[in-house]
This record gives sequence, C-alpha cells and structure tokens, in this order.
Amino acid sequence: MNEAMLEVRGLTVHHGQLRAVDDVSFEVHRGEVLTMVGANGAGKSTLLRTVAGLHRQTSGTISFAGVDITKVAPQRRVRLGISLVPEGRRLFSSLTLEENLKVGAHGNTKGAFTIERIYELFDWMPARRRQRAWQFSGGEQQAIAIGRALVANPQLLLLDELSLGLAPIVIERIYALIPDIVEHGVGILLVEQDVALGVGVANRVHCLLEGKTSLVGAPDELTPQQIEHAYFGSELSHGATTSEGPA
Amino acid sequence: MIWVNVVVQGVLIGGFYALFACGLSLMFGVMRVINLAHGDIAVVAAYVAVFVTPHAHIPEVWAFLVVAPLFGLVGYVIQRTLIQKSIDRDPFTTLLVTFGLSVIIENLLLEIYSSNGQNVNIGELIVKSWHPQTIIYISYVSLVVLAASVLVLALLQLFLSKSGTGRLIRAVADDHEAAQLSGTNYRHIFGIAAAIAFATVALAGIAYGMMTEFAPTSGGVNLLFAFETVVIGGIGSLWGTLVGGIALGIAQQLGAHINPEYQVLFGNFLFLIVLAVRPQGLFGKKTALA
Repeated sequence: MNEAMLEVRGLTVHHGQLRAVDDVSFEVHRGEVLTMVGANGAGKSTLLRTVAGLHRQTSGTISFAGVDITKVAPQRRVRLGISLVPEGRRLFSSLTLEENLKVGAHGNTKGAFTIERIYELFDWMPARRRQRAWQFSGGEQQAIAIGRALVANPQLLLLDELSLGLAPIVIERIYALIPDIVEHGVGILLVEQDVALGVGVANRVHCLLEGKTSLVGAPDELTPQQIEHAYFGSELSHGATTSEGPA
Repeated sequence: MIWVNVVVQGVLIGGFYALFACGLSLMFGVMRVINLAHGDIAVVAAYVAVFVTPHAHIPEVWAFLVVAPLFGLVGYVIQRTLIQKSIDRDPFTTLLVTFGLSVIIENLLLEIYSSNGQNVNIGELIVKSWHPQTIIYISYVSLVVLAASVLVLALLQLFLSKSGTGRLIRAVADDHEAAQLSGTNYRHIFGIAAAIAFATVALAGIAYGMMTEFAPTSGGVNLLFAFETVVIGGIGSLWGTLVGGIALGIAQQLGAHINPEYQVLFGNFLFLIVLAVRPQGLFGKKTALA
C-alpha cells in the first residue's frame, strides 16, 4: 500500500474529566477503508469528530497529506479534503435537498463528485430535489448526507454510524456505495457499532475499548473471537448487555 | 369609516414595527442571540443622522444611505468580537453583554446629547398628507416608511431565499456545526447576519426620527414593540414579521381609539393572546420553539 494520507499519532481527547480517546495511533491510506469498531462509549465518534476538527485534542498530532493539521479549523479541513458524515445525518432541515447539496459544494474543490454525479448515484433525487430535508425518510436523509459530503470532493471521508436507526435493506444499499467511492481513490475512515457490517467492507480493522486501542489488523487475519474480545474486553465477555458503556 | 382609519393607521405604523423587528428576529433565528441593545442601536443611528453626518454635508433626509451601510459594518465587527465571545461562553452571557451594551449606549447618549427630544429633519414632508376621505389622513412620511419597510423585507427575503450567502445563512441557522462540516466559517456568516440586523435597525431608527421625536431612552419601548412583533408574527418568517407588525399596529390604534391611554395596553393584550393561543406565532413553525 502507498504512503499514509491521514496519520494520527498518540491522540488523546478529553470530554470534560473523561479520557474519551487515550493515546490512539493509526493511519488511513488512499483508497482504503479503515473501520473503527467498539462498543457504545468506546470513543469512536469522539475520535472521528477530532479528526474533523470539532473537538480539540489534549495531546497527539493529526497530519493529512504530510501536513500537520492539529490546529486547523474544521471548515479549513474540509477544503483540505476531509469530510465528515456526522452521526444522526445532521441535514439542514429547512433547506431543500438541492440546497443541502449546494451548501456542501459551495467551497468545492474540483473533482469527480458534482451535484449531477450525486443525482446519477441516487436516481430518486432529481425528481424530489425541491423537497425540504425533513420530509425525507431516514435512509434517504443518510443518502443526502453522504451526497452533501461527497460534493466537497474529499480525499478522506469520515463516516459516523451510517447504519444507526435504518432498516437492514436500506443499510445494505448505503453500504453498497462504499466500493464506488473508494474506486475514486478516496480513503474512508468508518465508525460502526454493527461489527459484522463494518468489518465486511474494511481493508483494516481498528478496535477501541474504553478509548484505547485493543486490536488492529486486516479482517481476514482476525478471528471473530479476537474481535469480540477486543470489543467487550475480557472481564465483560460473559454478557453483551452489561458491556454497554456510557453514551 | 372611523374603523377604516384605525386599520389604515395601524398598517402604517405596522410597517415600521416590522422594519424595526426584522433584525431582532434574524439575530435570534440565526445565532440564538437576543440582542437587548437592538433598540438602542436604532437610536444611535438616528443621532448619527442628526448630529454626525451633517458634518459631511449630507442632508438628514439622505443620511440613511451612509448610516445603514456604516452600521452594517459596525454590526459585523461587534458580532465577531463582543457577541461571538459571549456566545462561546453560554447563551446567558449574550443577554448580560447586550444588556450592558444597552445601558452604556443610553448613558453615553444622555451624557453627550442630553435628554432633549430630537428629530430627523425632513423639511416640508413632515406636514404633508394625503386626505382621500373626510376622516382618513395618510401622512406622506408614514407612507414612505411603510413602502421602505416592505421593500427592505422583500429584498431581504429574496436575498435569503435566492443567493448563495442567503442559503448559507439559513444553513447555519439550522445547524452551524453541520455547516462547518460543509466548509463554512459559521462565525463569518453570524457576522453577516448581524450586519443585516444592524443595518436594518439603523434604517428603522432614522425612520423613527423622521416620524416622531426621539431621546436617548427611546430604544427601550421600541425594543418591546419589536419583541411583540416577532412573537406575534413568528420566529424565522419575514412575512410573519410584517404581518406581526401590522397586527400590533392595528391593535394599538384600536386601543388608542377607545382611549388614548389604551394604545400600548391593547398591543400587549394581542401579544399575550398570541402567546397563549399560538406560541409559535402566526407564521412560525412549531419546531422553531425548540
């Protein structure tokens, strides 16, 4: 694999007193999918939001394309090529579908993903482009959120809990997009609570347990038992329901 | 016919209320800031039109052409410095800071210009009126202010719904963090919204000075009317603001017709009834309350 696009070194992030992410290091390469798995509260979303610039790290460095971006504002990171599809979609609910995409594209770096290209990818969109975002179903909103991130033509796409609250058939359709996106050379950092789903599309898997790295590897090198152990931690492996940490 | 006159006078003053209130509504809608100095900024604009711009040989009637853009600039700077700093702390701080600003402005004006009433001099226009029917008087200056208010609201509506910057303002109002994730510097957009708010309320302040006498403390009562206008019309709807202003104006004229002492009281009644029956306002969305 070629050199790393995103390089995270010794990243520690606090939520108030809580050490949400604890000395985590990893990299994402061009055209690969790195999946972060971990239980609720393991620090996955915080990690993603820190890479996007929405949280300040306590220590550690984040570099992108060889440049240290640790202190760069979130909107500048978008221009550099990092886009986050946030948990819960976070569409502009009073804006139309098309306006949502236009806001996503307004600081556009040139690239393969134009609004027209998104309309080809999701053929139901053009007919409904004047509808307000809140009128769409959860799965449709997720598609719009992905479209809004793609029209900025990111080199690195951060996907936070794509499957949350969606029907299995819809999840399948959303996940089917990932190979298409990767084909354009885009690197993907994916956070997913549904382990099988996340590992299924991954080139590499990174497990977090209470903010710390518990396991790293390629999916075919790891056994389900290893992942389960890294997900829940040894002392909690007897009961999945009791292992849910604070959200 | 006397009731027609009540409605006509209500509509005339209502346009002014809408112009005064639209900036307040915009700042609350976009950055959730209730600017308690809103009324005082209007008064400062009127003072600038009377005492400052004449030094540059600009007649008081035309002062708004210079004062409104100037206040837009001031609004942007105050937003990016003072108000943004207080937003970054917590919402309560913005109330304290803008209240403090209001107190400082009023006292500075008293110190510099005394409590004497002032007017924006518009020459002959002030006494002229249209008299279409025995009992109906339509003063030209009120008509001009109403027309200007509708024009400003229409332009603002067009700007917000059609332009790229307007789209960003709406996006930031919906979710400023998501806007940031789309590459928008939301603080800059906040600044633009504040610039519009300051420019429009400067226009309203000068219009006020044309219609009636103003003093350093005139801001407070106008801020109250602006609040009532926004609540009656509903947050986040410019046409709602216009309808809210007109409804408030008619209610006040109705009260004044029954007994001059009831003018403000009837406006407050309408405000309370709307708040009780339809808290999101006539044109507001329920979600805007959240």
